[in-house]
Amino acid sequence: MNEQSFAFHLNAVSKNFPEKEGELEALENVSLEVPPEQFLCVLGPSGSGKSTLLRLLAGLLKPSSGEILFPGNEQPSVGLVFQQANLMPWRDVWANISLPLELRAVEPQEIERRVTEMIELVGLQEFQHAWSATLSGGMAQRVAIARALIQDPDLLLLDEPFGALDAITRERMGTELLHIWEKRRKTVVLVTHSISEALLLSDRVVVLTRRPGTVCLDLLNDLPRPRSDETRYDPHFVQLSRTLRASIEQ
Amino acid sequence: MKNKKIKTESERKPSIWVYPIALLLFLFVWQGLVLLLKLPAFILPSPQQVWMRLGVAIRDGSLARHLLATLTEVLSGLFFGILTASLLGYLLSKSKVLENILSPFLVASQAVPVAAIAPLLIIWFGSGVMSKILICSLTVFFPVLVNTLVGLHAVPDSMRDLMRTLHATRWQTLRYLELPAALPILLGGMRVGATLSVIGAVVGELAGADKGLGFLINVGRGQYDTALVFVAVLTLVLLAICLYGIVLLLEKRLLRWQEVK
Repeated sequence: MNEQSFAFHLNAVSKNFPEKEGELEALENVSLEVPPEQFLCVLGPSGSGKSTLLRLLAGLLKPSSGEILFPGNEQPSVGLVFQQANLMPWRDVWANISLPLELRAVEPQEIERRVTEMIELVGLQEFQHAWSATLSGGMAQRVAIARALIQDPDLLLLDEPFGALDAITRERMGTELLHIWEKRRKTVVLVTHSISEALLLSDRVVVLTRRPGTVCLDLLNDLPRPRSDETRYDPHFVQLSRTLRASIEQ
Repeated sequence: MKNKKIKTESERKPSIWVYPIALLLFLFVWQGLVLLLKLPAFILPSPQQVWMRLGVAIRDGSLARHLLATLTEVLSGLFFGILTASLLGYLLSKSKVLENILSPFLVASQAVPVAAIAPLLIIWFGSGVMSKILICSLTVFFPVLVNTLVGLHAVPDSMRDLMRTLHATRWQTLRYLELPAALPILLGGMRVGATLSVIGAVVGELAGADKGLGFLINVGRGQYDTALVFVAVLTLVLLAICLYGIVLLLEKRLLRWQEVK
């Protein structure tokens, strides 16, 4: 197999968590091969192990059985975005975004250049010296995305990143994420509850079942790009979303 | 509407005149008590007598000498107390086993009043500065330790995950995450520790010393020079207030980000 043909490869991965009585099976026998630069959305009911899947990919957890393969057999660099923006309140917007570079001892001029570029990309020029506590939910999440992207990670992992936002902001952030992704192609795994969000953003949607999570549907999303809010009314969109809903509610 | 708002704000924030007025009132009541009850100076000296005694103690250099001794003990005690407590707190927060083994001892040690073991420490370490520094450190130790633990436990797990995905070293996690995140609670511990350290120094000096403000209190009592006792006590109060104020300033300086909320 050519090394460059996949971004990551899950091979019969299971994950159990020890509990007081017995074990909690979060994921069972999940196999998935994801090519580079694919935008993958993971859908599923609560407790289907979606977040566990992301944490496995981020290297925060080890699988109980099975294996996760990466090109070159080493943990790729990841940018992780949580449902809460998870910003450091003692750092302003600028310093929150520059954190990953500071940790890797990147030269100050280089940090300056890349942070400036990133702040422009997410459109936060006016707020670059604001304390994070003063930001709205949408702005804070944009900072979190910028922080995840600044070190140019191999994998961008998003765990319900817009879950805490109101519906309007949520749609706008989805569109923005799409713009960012089109400028900076990455392998993205986005966990979400929202079918329309999944369909608007992804190349492919994987549906997990209730605990223990297994893949019950692997759907290629062939809606043409670029997509816009109008895409929601496309008959094909409606059809795909019906298929997804049916498989989630099974 | 606007007028009302201004009024409530001025009500909430007392004007700076409150403090001198309260002080004047205090002196007035004090002087009144002395005149009314016709108390002799060795029981309750008048504010005027204390003021005169203060002048004498400043002029003959005794106040400065004893203040310096106590200040040395208080500051060194603070330094070593905070240093050991925060180091141990960090280690305990990293190891559940260590925490389980040591916490009963730590709680038990806290049940022993410092005043009770001060004589012991003076027997072991002499009546010099050393034993006082130890007593100060011990009084400071526990509140700082507890606050270090609470502060480190308050660091959100999601931020720890973030640092892990960024491959932060242990040292980087401490410097970039744990220290700033725990700082508000840590400084709260230091604020309490600063005043406790003054108490520790006095307890130590009263138990046996040849200098310091606590020693001065003993001297004043022995010579029925009650005005001197007052001078020493007031100096101690002032010292504690200053230390408290310094930590408060430090908090204001270091925790500017908290004000925006």
